[in-house]
Amino acid sequence: MDYETIVGLEVHVELRTESKIFCSCPTTFGAPANAHICEVCAGLPGALPRLNKKVLDYAVMTALALSCEVTKESRFDRKNYFYPDLPKGYQISQLYAPIGRNGKVEIEYSGKDDSSEQRTKTIRIHELHMEDDAGKLIHDPLENVTRIDFSRCGVPLLEIVTEPDFRSAEEVVAFLEQLRNMLKFLGVSDCKMQEGSLRADVNLSVRPIGEETLGTRTEMKNLASFRAVAKAIEYESERQWAIVKGGGTIARETRRWDEEKEASFSMRKKEDAAEYKYFPEPDLPVMRISDEKIETIRKTLPELPIEKKKRYIEQLHLPAYDAGILTSSKPLTVLFERTAELGGDPKEASNWIMVEFMKILNDHGDNAEDFEMRQDSLGEIILLVKDGRISRASAKALLLAAYEQGAIPEEFAQEHDLWLISDKEALHPIVEKVLQDNPKALAEYRAGKVKNKQFLLGQAMRETKGKADPSILAGVLQECLESE
Amino acid sequence: MTNEAILSLTAYELAQAIREKKVTSEEAVLAVFKNIDENESDLHAYLSFWKEESLKQAQACDAIVAGSTDPEGLPPFLGVPFAVKDNLLLSGRRSTCASKMLEDFVAPYTATCVEKLQAAGAIIIGKTNMDEFGMGASTEHSYFGTTYHPMDKNRVPGGSSGGSAAAVASGSAFGALGTDTGGSIRQPADYCGLVGLRPTYGTVSRHGLVAFSSSMDVAGPIARDTRDAAAILNVISGADEKDQTSVSSPKIDISAMENYEVAGKRIGIPKELLGQGTQTEALEKARAYFASNGAEIEEFDMPILAHAVAIYYILSSAEASSNLSRYDGIRYGYRDPDATDLSELYTKTRSSGFGLEVKRRILLGNYVLSSEHFNDCYRQAERAREKLKRSFEKAFEKYDLILCPTAPGVAPELGKIDQDPLASYMADLYTVPASLAGIPAVSVPCGTFREGLPCGVQLLAPRFGEQEILGAARFLEKQQRKGAGV
Repeated sequence: MDYETIVGLEVHVELRTESKIFCSCPTTFGAPANAHICEVCAGLPGALPRLNKKVLDYAVMTALALSCEVTKESRFDRKNYFYPDLPKGYQISQLYAPIGRNGKVEIEYSGKDDSSEQRTKTIRIHELHMEDDAGKLIHDPLENVTRIDFSRCGVPLLEIVTEPDFRSAEEVVAFLEQLRNMLKFLGVSDCKMQEGSLRADVNLSVRPIGEETLGTRTEMKNLASFRAVAKAIEYESERQWAIVKGGGTIARETRRWDEEKEASFSMRKKEDAAEYKYFPEPDLPVMRISDEKIETIRKTLPELPIEKKKRYIEQLHLPAYDAGILTSSKPLTVLFERTAELGGDPKEASNWIMVEFMKILNDHGDNAEDFEMRQDSLGEIILLVKDGRISRASAKALLLAAYEQGAIPEEFAQEHDLWLISDKEALHPIVEKVLQDNPKALAEYRAGKVKNKQFLLGQAMRETKGKADPSILAGVLQECLESE
Repeated sequence: MTNEAILSLTAYELAQAIREKKVTSEEAVLAVFKNIDENESDLHAYLSFWKEESLKQAQACDAIVAGSTDPEGLPPFLGVPFAVKDNLLLSGRRSTCASKMLEDFVAPYTATCVEKLQAAGAIIIGKTNMDEFGMGASTEHSYFGTTYHPMDKNRVPGGSSGGSAAAVASGSAFGALGTDTGGSIRQPADYCGLVGLRPTYGTVSRHGLVAFSSSMDVAGPIARDTRDAAAILNVISGADEKDQTSVSSPKIDISAMENYEVAGKRIGIPKELLGQGTQTEALEKARAYFASNGAEIEEFDMPILAHAVAIYYILSSAEASSNLSRYDGIRYGYRDPDATDLSELYTKTRSSGFGLEVKRRILLGNYVLSSEHFNDCYRQAERAREKLKRSFEKAFEKYDLILCPTAPGVAPELGKIDQDPLASYMADLYTVPASLAGIPAVSVPCGTFREGLPCGVQLLAPRFGEQEILGAARFLEKQQRKGAGV
């Protein structure tokens, strides 16, 4: 008997607002412990939450980007539980009227068996809601004490809950990559898994193929990378199937993924799961979101990666593969679009980025999602080549200099004398010299060994240190050969 | 002016006298503290007060008056000694909420309404006793011991703002801020012969008011007369960006209160609030004053009121159980010294840090919010609250005002209330309807009755109807002065 894995995700995204969701403390990551707290986020008596409007705007933007229905009368609810990192004794979240519902995302992914084949699938979004983050417990084993950093309290979070639509780790990772990319394009989050600004919990169950009802699911936490997500899904599927096959039952529980051991461990059983006593948050008024407001926000939505990709393929005639790579990173699309605009040739711009620029990124161990280079440089370099002012070889050197040192192409070419020699008079003596220095090759050419012409051209180019305009140099050589 | 003469003034009158240099703020503060020295041990109205700082502030106020060329342009309460309930934060001062949990808690910021009162020139001389976290109706639920009724030491002053009422009634303050969730301003004002105003929900910012039931908590005045109540409200009201449930509201026209036209007013009395055991002499007196001056008075049915107490206790306890979760012994306040692990830290801290009544409400709140009972308790109560609001809206289509008792009778004797918690909850029947509806209500004295104790009546109006109820209350006040030959 064969089985299938059913996965649903709960993704927490930290929003990149300057201040927290319910107070004006900054959200800066990595500040000293408890540097950014006030009476509101530290839960002092008498303090009241006040919603940061930016958070609501970001939530609506994200809801629209995920094709969700935006809730016209959305409100907050309190989720009550005790934990030392939760100063108020409750989290302000949304249960009854979340900001977005019934969305969908189309994902593209490679199948397990045939990686060259691209498949697509629609993942339904159950809901999207806003909430405040908790603080962090820091255990000090040397002194055997636990300290609490409340600075993260009140950092705005979006929780995106999918329907159980995933059937493999590949689908899940493709979704997460696409989601991360989309959120970065929207500019609502940094989505850094290492810093915890994107966290995914995996709800997973297994069932024999053909079975309709869902099996008992477990929830897995502490997945710090996409790789961990994939590993954890494979591990958990196998663990559950082994139990089911052996006639056992799956315990409804929360499990913790151990990255080092590459295994998951039970954290708590459902029976001792907390009773959250949700009820409407009385300190915050209902958020009434008008159609006008939704339309205003819709208009500010940037072109999303999936739309860009389509446009690159259909209007700019880029190969699907290139369009996919370019739209996998916001900075890459910015570079590409500016380069194509300056150079006037999207295909040329794409080729330069796909080959030369990617090579530079790789050689430097840099990330395509997070690099810095003057936007105009590559376009200017392409123009210099097009105008015959520099060679392709010089262009590569220029691009490297632009990336490494922020060199301005025109200035750098001037300083390093990279300009092509296109003056026939200047090239003539060089060619003459090459012919004199290579009598044997010349003699053979005259005897009919035509390919020696290529050799002589190469020698001449070497003599100019690669700076001669190739076609003019070839013309001069031809003239010299014919004249003698 | 003699101390006695000073202490007989209202806050409004004292401010006027200070501006006109008939008396100094320093004299007023000294008079109040002499009164405190003499009576506080019998009263226990205050949890903390500060004489030296108050005197310094008074001297500063007097200097401002002395240097002013435009006395009428001075802040309205310049130099007047006020008290505030201990659940309203005042920066640098202990704010205990009469709880062991916050015995040593020093407020790091000031509540908006207190800040506004200070900006109006008031001198805050101390923080008053209360039922722990506002839960109770007698001040007996204070961790620091009960407050006594200023006119009868065997009786309670009411609660939860009992300390504020006792201070104002006894001459230990010229006015005070209380807070009202289910009647905690109106009922002690009623027992102590004062005016207690519960403003429309949201007109006074809750920032810095230690939360009991967020959807019903409001701060408001406990005052010597209706003009003081109006003047204090004008100072403390206003939308506040630190409280997103706050709203701006029209200011009270105090001089217009004097010309309140009773003739032709339609006044309704809900029959459900005239139940057995209710002392209605004050109500009858008020009814007669209104009727003889041309108002149309009618009794009417409002059946939902039979459920008001249940709705109130379900919703307020639910919110309280959540609002009080922050007192966990982790960051501030009481922490049990013997706990050995986290679970014990929570349990022991909260078991010994909270008093009996607070724990009763937390348990009740947890019960009604549990997944098992949420729908049949909390949701039902929420729906019933909406129905009650609509019933009021309907009633106010017909009536300009609603008239009813504030409490079942005069101030009860000490120790009587806690014997039967349910019976004591039922005594809140008269005050909780306005709390649930978010509408303004004022309790105004209507004479003294059994054993010479004061008793008042309550007037209710639609949201932002403060001008209406204060005008009508001013009318009752003046009628009684006439009756008393004043």
